[in-house]
Amino acid sequence: MFFLAVWKDLNLSARIGLFIVLFFVFCAIFAPWLAPYGQSQIVGDVWEPLGGEFILGTDQIGRDLLTRLIYGARNTMTLALISTAVSFAAGAVLGFIAATMGGGVDQVLSRVVDVVISIPTLIASLIVLSALGTATPTLVLVIGIIYAMPVFRIARAVAMDIEVMDYVEVARVRGEGLWWIMHKEILPNALTPLAAEFGLRFCFVFLLIASLSFLGLGLQPPLADWGAMVRGNADGIAWGFLHPLLPAACIALLTIGINLLIDRWVHKASGLRDDQ
Amino acid sequence: MSEKLLEIKDLLIEADIDGEWKPIVNSLSMTLERGEIVGLIGESGAGKSTLGLTALGYTKPGCRIVSGSIKLDGVELVGKSDAELRKIRGNKVAYVAQSAAASFNPAHTLIEQFIESPVQHGKIKIPEARKRCVELFRQLDLPDPEHIGERYPHQVSGGQLQRAMTAMALGSDPDIIIFDEPTTALDVTTQIEVLAAIKEAVKAHNVAAIYISHDLAVVAQMADRIMVLRHGNLIEEGDARELLANPKEEYTHKLLSVRSQRDARTVHDEEDIQLSIKNITARYPGMAFDVLTDININIVRGKTVAVVGESGSGKSTLARVIIGLLPPSRGSVKFHGRALASALKARSKKDLQSIQMIYQMADVAMNPRHKIKDIIGRPLEFYLGMKGEERDQRVFELLRQIEIPEEFAERYPAQLSGGEKQRICIARALAAEPELIICDEVTSALDQLVAEGILDLLLNLQKELDVSYLFITHDLATVKSIADEIVVMYQGGVVEQGTKEEILTPPHAPYTELLLSSVPEMDPDWLDDLVDRRERGEAPTAKSIASRRR
Repeated sequence: MFFLAVWKDLNLSARIGLFIVLFFVFCAIFAPWLAPYGQSQIVGDVWEPLGGEFILGTDQIGRDLLTRLIYGARNTMTLALISTAVSFAAGAVLGFIAATMGGGVDQVLSRVVDVVISIPTLIASLIVLSALGTATPTLVLVIGIIYAMPVFRIARAVAMDIEVMDYVEVARVRGEGLWWIMHKEILPNALTPLAAEFGLRFCFVFLLIASLSFLGLGLQPPLADWGAMVRGNADGIAWGFLHPLLPAACIALLTIGINLLIDRWVHKASGLRDDQ
Repeated sequence: MSEKLLEIKDLLIEADIDGEWKPIVNSLSMTLERGEIVGLIGESGAGKSTLGLTALGYTKPGCRIVSGSIKLDGVELVGKSDAELRKIRGNKVAYVAQSAAASFNPAHTLIEQFIESPVQHGKIKIPEARKRCVELFRQLDLPDPEHIGERYPHQVSGGQLQRAMTAMALGSDPDIIIFDEPTTALDVTTQIEVLAAIKEAVKAHNVAAIYISHDLAVVAQMADRIMVLRHGNLIEEGDARELLANPKEEYTHKLLSVRSQRDARTVHDEEDIQLSIKNITARYPGMAFDVLTDININIVRGKTVAVVGESGSGKSTLARVIIGLLPPSRGSVKFHGRALASALKARSKKDLQSIQMIYQMADVAMNPRHKIKDIIGRPLEFYLGMKGEERDQRVFELLRQIEIPEEFAERYPAQLSGGEKQRICIARALAAEPELIICDEVTSALDQLVAEGILDLLLNLQKELDVSYLFITHDLATVKSIADEIVVMYQGGVVEQGTKEEILTPPHAPYTELLLSSVPEMDPDWLDDLVDRRERGEAPTAKSIASRRR
């Protein structure tokens, strides 16, 4: 019944978004059963055409592209989702703390973030990853921390607007602690802009993982990763092959799907405020 | 003189409310003759601004004119394109908005903004426009009319800005000026000056005007004819004097009787002093002067102390000191004889619980994402440790006490009207079972009749619960109806304090006299009389008070 209620609440674009996201989630969960081959198995010639023996052809070293795409959904989505979640957890909490406590705490946090944010994302992750190795938890942590910086700035700015509202003062005067003010007074009102940011940030993380994979510091081969697949197959473009466009299309499709869903949610949430 | 300048006939305007078109102006007709001032009065949502704006051929976004006609000087406005209407606006009709501060561009000087419109409409050249501007500034009694135009909007006061805006409206020689609550945001003492200046200028230029306000006493000073509106319908229309002397409709009666004074209650002798404020002096961090100087107030259990003063008098700062948000630089706040910690963080839960505060803007004083039951329930949990069923039952009890239906517990603040929101805030304060409630301008954002309801509720609760109030307000009508004791503040100091009888019966301190004499009365001759008396030096003016202070 819950799902039916949610479904009825969605408009057409959000339903499309939901369909796309569910489709990829389905692929990710059931990858071993859905994929015709193993993800690192070499099954044919290099860059076999689409629609032949292999529905989507083969990649630059002869692995089945469909299989790689299905496993890629699993690897890439999990990694991007966890990294983005880490960056939001860290960024939002610190941003809220900076805004609510103000003064010295705010100064220290903000300046540290200023320093970190001034280092280009890719270079920063390159240095750290080459020093610490490329185990998946390290990868998640590094990407999470790097993207926590812009999230911190947004969360702080949003929270500062909320922090001056009378209802936050009411809570302070009541004697509420920092934690209550952050998660009961500020968070519910900051959720809408943060959710919109989440949708966008998720895509950036995708692209960062792709770049890192290309440089050999992302997900390690032979694990399938959409970003790395674009890079790996990129040479095929010169020969007129469509292969690199397929993983790119997957990235684009998932990004669009997520954003359609979030747009609807933001719209609903702000609709509540229009009523005032 | 009796030609019809503006003729609105059977006008029906609808607004898009939650995707449905609903009428907000219901087949209204009005006429305006040259040189006449018509007052539109009603509570918020009465459709008075919407009707006023139609003289510009304008409706707010989300509204549409369904049927009817608007004839300006014989020209039909309904159905005209925006380009055609733009020529009429500013040329024939001018508009003075409630918030002059929001209507001026902060990046340009007053005179630049003044000459922009007439010069652009090709009426006059720049030097001529400047001369005219100075002339009008002088006419509206602005100080230093030759040079005030060189200032930026933030460099002049709210009252001056409102007058500059009126000058601007007169600048393009319009036939009609629409005044949309031009003095609502101003202090009573400033309001008088603006009203007097507007009235004189309008008469001198012989323009017609539509004066929109929720305050009948203000409209009484300005208008020749008054139209009372409610929910988009015309309730009553008539000559100003006639209508005020014998209103026909019950609703008009109610609006008239709102300002009646309640009987004073006697203060008991056996005094149980609850809160005493001793020699408080305070300043905001980083500011070079004291916002409060040497304030002494005692609050007796179960009684109401009203703190009156205009904006900037330090009355809200006093509330912040008492509640612990601004530690004073000197002096102490004692609660039942025991000194309270000056900083909020150093106060015990018990101390925080016994002093509660209700804010002016109920809108922003409640978290829009919390349900009513959580808003009221949180102090119950926090101070009294109530949980689950016990808490819910107490919330329902409180809702009954403030005369709100129980099913509102599941709603969000946005689903409530302004008056209901303020009631919820009262319930939240009561939930903590406080001994003292600080009310900071709690009724000033509400319509008269709704405000009256809130004051009644507060008085009843006081009788029932024996709670005391510190009532901060700029509105003397409110003070008269609720206070036992009055403290008059001016520029951070106490001018006069005592029981209501002492303060309200002459002789008054000069500033109290100024405040009292500035409250508009229903008598249409009141403003003219007052201005006369002030000119003869029989009544104090803001200027004379300010010079005496220095």
